[in-house]
Amino acid sequence: MPLNSDKTIEGSFQLVGGNFATAGEASGELKRTLTDLGVAEEIIRRAAIATFEAEINVIIYAAAARLLYFIGPSSIRIRIEDMGPGIENIEQAMQEGYSTAPEWVREMGWGAGMGLPNMKKNSDEFNIESVVGEGTTVEMVLNIP
Amino acid sequence: MILKEIAKILEASIIANPENSEIDIHSACSADMMSAVLYYHTPNSLLITSLTQPHVIRTAEIAGIKSIVFVLDKKPDKETIDLAQKKKIPLLSTSFCMYTASGRLFKEGLPGCLDK
Ligand SMILES: Nc1ncnc2c1ncn2[C@@H]1O[C@H](COP(=O)(O)OP(=O)(O)OP(=O)(O)O)[C@@H](O)[C@H]1O
Ligand SMILES: [Mg+2]
Repeated sequence: MPLNSDKTIEGSFQLVGGNFATAGEASGELKRTLTDLGVAEEIIRRAAIATFEAEINVIIYAAAARLLYFIGPSSIRIRIEDMGPGIENIEQAMQEGYSTAPEWVREMGWGAGMGLPNMKKNSDEFNIESVVGEGTTVEMVLNIP
Repeated sequence: MILKEIAKILEASIIANPENSEIDIHSACSADMMSAVLYYHTPNSLLITSLTQPHVIRTAEIAGIKSIVFVLDKKPDKETIDLAQKKKIPLLSTSFCMYTASGRLFKEGLPGCLDK
Protein backbone atom coordinates (compact mmCIF):
# COMPACT_ATOMS: atom_id res chain seq x y z
CA MET A 1 0.00 0.00 0.00
CA PRO A 2 1.65 3.28 -1.06
CA LEU A 3 1.95 6.03 1.53
CA ASN A 4 0.62 9.51 0.95
CA SER A 5 4.25 10.61 0.90
CA ASP A 6 7.45 9.27 -0.63
CA LYS A 7 9.79 11.23 1.64
CA THR A 8 11.13 10.07 4.96
CA ILE A 9 9.29 11.74 7.79
CA GLU A 10 11.14 12.19 11.05
CA GLY A 11 10.17 13.06 14.55
CA SER A 12 11.88 13.23 17.90
CA PHE A 13 10.88 13.41 21.54
CA GLN A 14 12.61 14.03 24.84
CA LEU A 15 11.33 11.66 27.50
CA VAL A 16 11.86 12.27 31.20
CA GLY A 17 12.13 9.46 33.74
CA GLY A 18 9.49 9.31 36.46
CA ASN A 19 7.03 11.47 34.59
CA PHE A 20 3.89 9.36 34.06
CA ALA A 21 1.88 12.45 33.10
CA THR A 22 3.40 12.57 29.63
CA ALA A 23 3.29 8.80 29.03
CA GLY A 24 1.87 8.14 25.60
CA GLU A 25 2.65 11.49 24.02
CA ALA A 26 5.29 10.15 21.66
CA SER A 27 3.27 7.09 20.69
CA GLY A 28 0.18 9.28 20.30
CA GLU A 29 1.95 11.62 17.92
CA LEU A 30 3.42 8.73 15.94
CA LYS A 31 -0.05 7.24 15.69
CA ARG A 32 -1.50 10.50 14.34
CA THR A 33 1.32 10.92 11.83
CA LEU A 34 0.90 7.36 10.54
CA THR A 35 -2.86 7.83 10.30
CA ASP A 36 -2.38 11.01 8.24
CA LEU A 37 -0.05 9.09 5.94
CA GLY A 38 -2.66 6.43 5.36
CA VAL A 39 -0.77 3.53 6.90
CA ALA A 40 -2.87 0.41 7.57
CA GLU A 41 -4.60 0.42 10.95
CA GLU A 42 -3.03 -2.85 12.11
CA ILE A 43 0.50 -1.52 11.52
CA ILE A 44 -0.34 1.73 13.29
CA ARG A 45 -1.59 -0.20 16.30
CA ARG A 46 1.53 -2.34 16.45
CA ALA A 47 3.80 0.72 16.17
CA ALA A 48 1.85 2.60 18.83
CA ILE A 49 1.89 -0.31 21.28
CA ALA A 50 5.62 -0.91 20.85
CA THR A 51 6.39 2.80 21.24
CA PHE A 52 4.14 3.17 24.26
CA GLU A 53 5.80 0.22 26.04
CA ALA A 54 9.19 1.80 25.33
CA GLU A 55 8.02 5.15 26.71
CA ILE A 56 6.77 3.48 29.87
CA ASN A 57 10.08 1.69 30.39
CA VAL A 58 11.93 4.99 30.14
CA ILE A 59 9.57 6.56 32.66
CA ILE A 60 10.02 3.67 35.09
CA TYR A 61 13.69 2.80 34.75
CA ALA A 62 15.65 5.59 33.11
CA ALA A 63 16.55 9.18 33.90
CA ALA A 64 15.84 10.49 30.43
CA ALA A 65 15.72 9.40 26.81
CA ARG A 66 15.53 10.55 23.24
CA LEU A 67 12.93 8.89 21.06
CA LEU A 68 13.34 9.16 17.32
CA TYR A 69 11.14 7.89 14.56
CA PHE A 70 11.68 7.68 10.83
CA ILE A 71 8.84 6.84 8.51
CA GLY A 72 9.97 5.85 5.03
CA PRO A 73 7.99 4.52 2.09
CA SER A 74 8.37 0.90 3.17
CA SER A 75 9.17 0.93 6.88
CA ILE A 76 8.85 2.66 10.22
CA ARG A 77 11.95 2.83 12.39
CA ILE A 78 11.68 3.75 16.06
CA ARG A 79 14.73 4.29 18.22
CA ILE A 80 14.83 4.99 21.95
CA GLU A 81 18.17 5.92 23.50
CA ASP A 82 18.02 6.27 27.25
CA MET A 83 20.37 7.41 29.95
CA GLY A 84 19.78 5.08 32.82
CA PRO A 85 21.02 2.09 34.77
CA GLY A 86 21.20 -0.18 31.74
CA ILE A 87 20.28 -3.87 31.70
CA GLU A 88 22.73 -6.41 33.01
CA ASN A 89 21.18 -9.52 31.52
CA ILE A 90 19.22 -8.73 28.37
CA GLU A 91 18.21 -12.34 27.75
CA GLN A 92 16.58 -12.46 31.17
CA ALA A 93 14.92 -9.06 30.70
CA MET A 94 13.40 -10.28 27.43
CA GLN A 95 11.67 -13.19 29.15
CA GLU A 96 7.92 -12.89 29.60
CA GLY A 97 7.14 -12.26 33.25
CA TYR A 98 10.60 -11.08 34.29
CA SER A 99 10.37 -7.72 36.02
CA THR A 100 12.28 -5.71 38.57
CA ALA A 101 9.55 -3.07 38.80
CA PRO A 102 9.15 -1.73 42.35
CA GLU A 103 5.88 -1.88 44.26
CA TRP A 104 4.73 1.69 43.42
CA VAL A 105 5.05 0.84 39.73
CA ARG A 106 3.03 -2.36 40.14
CA GLU A 107 0.33 -0.42 41.93
CA MET A 108 0.04 1.71 38.80
CA GLY A 109 -0.50 -1.37 36.65
CA TRP A 110 3.00 -1.86 35.23
CA GLY A 111 5.59 -4.50 35.99
CA ALA A 112 4.10 -7.64 34.45
CA GLY A 113 7.33 -8.26 32.58
CA MET A 114 5.51 -8.10 29.26
CA GLY A 115 6.78 -4.81 27.81
CA LEU A 116 9.95 -5.91 26.06
CA PRO A 117 8.38 -9.16 24.74
CA ASN A 118 5.47 -7.11 23.43
CA MET A 119 7.78 -4.63 21.69
CA LYS A 120 9.49 -7.56 20.01
CA LYS A 121 6.19 -9.20 19.10
CA ASN A 122 4.91 -6.04 17.45
CA SER A 123 7.99 -5.22 15.40
CA ASP A 124 9.48 -6.97 12.38
CA GLU A 125 13.00 -6.22 13.56
CA PHE A 126 13.91 -5.68 17.18
CA ASN A 127 17.29 -4.77 18.59
CA ILE A 128 18.30 -3.92 22.12
CA GLU A 129 21.70 -2.87 23.39
CA SER A 130 22.63 -1.84 26.86
CA VAL A 131 25.62 -0.69 28.84
CA VAL A 132 25.27 -1.03 32.60
CA GLY A 133 25.59 2.38 34.24
CA GLU A 134 25.10 4.24 30.95
CA GLY A 135 21.84 3.32 29.31
CA THR A 136 19.81 1.24 26.94
CA THR A 137 19.00 1.65 23.26
CA VAL A 138 16.05 -0.09 21.67
CA GLU A 139 15.50 -0.03 17.93
CA MET A 140 12.41 -1.39 16.24
CA VAL A 141 11.50 -1.61 12.58
CA LEU A 142 8.03 -2.29 11.24
CA ASN A 143 7.68 -3.03 7.57
CA ILE A 144 4.99 -1.33 5.54
CA PRO A 145 3.96 -3.91 2.95
CA MET B 1 -23.25 -5.79 22.93
CA ILE B 2 -24.29 -2.13 23.16
CA LEU B 3 -22.57 -0.20 25.95
CA LYS B 4 -25.88 0.94 27.40
CA GLU B 5 -26.82 -2.69 27.93
CA ILE B 6 -23.46 -3.35 29.57
CA ALA B 7 -24.11 -0.49 31.97
CA LYS B 8 -27.47 -1.99 32.83
CA ILE B 9 -26.07 -5.49 33.46
CA LEU B 10 -23.39 -4.00 35.73
CA GLU B 11 -25.80 -1.57 37.40
CA ALA B 12 -23.14 0.96 36.50
CA SER B 13 -23.21 4.69 36.14
CA ILE B 14 -21.72 6.28 33.05
CA ILE B 15 -19.28 8.83 34.43
CA ALA B 16 -17.84 10.17 31.17
CA ASN B 17 -19.04 10.52 27.59
CA PRO B 18 -22.60 9.22 28.12
CA GLU B 19 -23.40 10.40 24.59
CA ASN B 20 -21.27 7.50 23.36
CA SER B 21 -23.30 4.85 25.15
CA GLU B 22 -24.63 3.39 21.89
CA ILE B 23 -21.26 2.00 20.76
CA ASP B 24 -21.02 -1.70 20.01
CA ILE B 25 -18.59 -3.71 22.16
CA HIS B 26 -17.36 -7.03 20.75
CA SER B 27 -15.48 -8.49 23.70
CA ALA B 28 -14.06 -7.72 27.13
CA CYS B 29 -10.86 -8.12 29.07
CA SER B 30 -10.35 -7.87 32.84
CA ALA B 31 -6.92 -6.74 33.98
CA ASP B 32 -4.96 -4.57 36.34
CA MET B 33 -1.70 -5.02 34.46
CA MET B 34 -1.51 -2.55 31.60
CA SER B 35 1.11 -4.40 29.58
CA ALA B 36 -1.03 -7.54 29.75
CA VAL B 37 -3.82 -5.43 28.24
CA LEU B 38 -1.46 -4.27 25.51
CA TYR B 39 -0.31 -7.83 24.89
CA TYR B 40 -3.65 -9.62 24.78
CA HIS B 41 -6.10 -6.91 23.69
CA THR B 42 -8.42 -7.04 20.73
CA PRO B 43 -9.95 -3.96 19.11
CA ASN B 44 -13.50 -2.83 19.92
CA SER B 45 -13.31 -4.28 23.39
CA LEU B 46 -14.17 -3.26 26.92
CA LEU B 47 -11.58 -3.06 29.69
CA ILE B 48 -12.68 -4.05 33.19
CA THR B 49 -10.16 -2.74 35.72
CA SER B 50 -9.69 -1.31 39.19
CA LEU B 51 -6.99 1.16 38.11
CA THR B 52 -8.09 4.73 37.51
CA GLN B 53 -4.97 6.71 36.56
CA PRO B 54 -4.79 8.69 33.30
CA HIS B 55 -2.37 6.24 31.69
CA VAL B 56 -5.16 3.64 31.77
CA ILE B 57 -6.96 5.86 29.25
CA ARG B 58 -3.78 6.12 27.16
CA THR B 59 -3.43 2.34 27.26
CA ALA B 60 -7.02 1.94 26.14
CA GLU B 61 -6.58 4.40 23.31
CA ILE B 62 -3.48 2.66 22.05
CA ALA B 63 -4.98 -0.81 22.31
CA GLY B 64 -8.19 0.21 20.53
CA ILE B 65 -10.29 -0.36 23.65
CA LYS B 66 -13.60 1.46 23.28
CA SER B 67 -14.75 1.77 26.88
CA ILE B 68 -13.55 1.20 30.45
CA VAL B 69 -15.43 -0.09 33.49
CA PHE B 70 -14.01 0.73 36.92
CA VAL B 71 -14.95 -1.92 39.48
CA LEU B 72 -15.48 -1.64 43.26
CA ASP B 73 -16.95 1.83 42.86
CA LYS B 74 -13.55 3.27 41.98
CA LYS B 75 -13.87 6.83 40.78
CA PRO B 76 -11.15 8.31 38.60
CA ASP B 77 -9.85 11.81 39.30
CA LYS B 78 -10.55 14.81 37.11
CA GLU B 79 -7.39 14.36 35.06
CA THR B 80 -8.45 10.88 33.99
CA ILE B 81 -11.98 12.01 33.16
CA ASP B 82 -10.68 14.99 31.16
CA LEU B 83 -8.43 12.72 29.13
CA ALA B 84 -11.25 10.24 28.52
CA GLN B 85 -13.42 13.12 27.33
CA LYS B 86 -10.70 14.26 24.95
CA LYS B 87 -10.38 10.74 23.57
CA LYS B 88 -14.16 10.21 23.56
CA ILE B 89 -13.83 7.03 25.60
CA PRO B 90 -16.93 6.42 27.75
CA LEU B 91 -16.22 5.45 31.37
CA LEU B 92 -18.41 3.32 33.61
CA SER B 93 -18.29 2.76 37.35
CA THR B 94 -19.80 -0.31 39.01
CA SER B 95 -19.88 -1.46 42.63
CA PHE B 96 -19.30 -5.10 41.62
CA CYS B 97 -15.83 -6.62 41.96
CA MET B 98 -13.86 -7.61 38.88
CA TYR B 99 -14.90 -11.27 39.11
CA THR B 100 -18.60 -10.55 39.40
CA ALA B 101 -18.61 -7.82 36.76
CA SER B 102 -16.84 -10.15 34.31
CA GLY B 103 -19.13 -13.06 35.17
CA ARG B 104 -22.28 -11.02 34.69
CA LEU B 105 -21.21 -9.85 31.24
CA PHE B 106 -19.97 -13.29 30.19
CA LYS B 107 -23.25 -14.87 31.26
CA GLU B 108 -25.13 -12.39 29.09
CA GLY B 109 -23.05 -13.37 26.07
CA LEU B 110 -20.12 -10.93 25.92
CA PRO B 111 -17.06 -13.06 25.06
CA GLY B 112 -13.51 -12.64 26.36
CA CYS B 113 -10.92 -10.83 24.23
CA LEU B 114 -9.17 -14.04 23.27
CA ASP B 115 -12.29 -16.21 22.79
CA LYS B 116 -13.03 -17.19 19.24
N1 LIG C 1 15.14 1.09 29.62
C1 LIG C 1 15.47 0.24 30.61
N2 LIG C 1 16.48 0.52 31.46
C2 LIG C 1 16.81 -0.32 32.47
N3 LIG C 1 16.19 -1.50 32.68
C3 LIG C 1 15.18 -1.84 31.86
C4 LIG C 1 14.77 -1.00 30.79
N4 LIG C 1 13.76 -1.61 30.14
C5 LIG C 1 13.55 -2.77 30.77
N5 LIG C 1 14.40 -2.94 31.80
C6 LIG C 1 14.49 -4.12 32.70
O1 LIG C 1 13.91 -5.23 32.05
C7 LIG C 1 12.81 -5.74 32.82
C8 LIG C 1 11.73 -6.24 31.88
O2 LIG C 1 11.18 -5.15 31.14
P1 LIG C 1 9.71 -5.26 30.53
O3 LIG C 1 9.35 -3.98 29.89
O4 LIG C 1 9.62 -6.50 29.71
O5 LIG C 1 8.81 -5.53 31.83
P2 LIG C 1 8.40 -4.52 32.99
O6 LIG C 1 8.67 -3.11 32.57
O7 LIG C 1 9.07 -4.98 34.24
O8 LIG C 1 6.86 -4.77 33.11
P3 LIG C 1 5.73 -4.35 32.02
O9 LIG C 1 6.45 -3.86 30.81
O10 LIG C 1 4.97 -5.59 31.77
O11 LIG C 1 4.92 -3.29 32.67
C9 LIG C 1 12.41 -4.59 33.70
O12 LIG C 1 11.73 -5.00 34.87
C10 LIG C 1 13.76 -3.93 34.01
O13 LIG C 1 14.44 -4.67 34.99
MG1 LIG D 1 7.97 -2.46 30.66
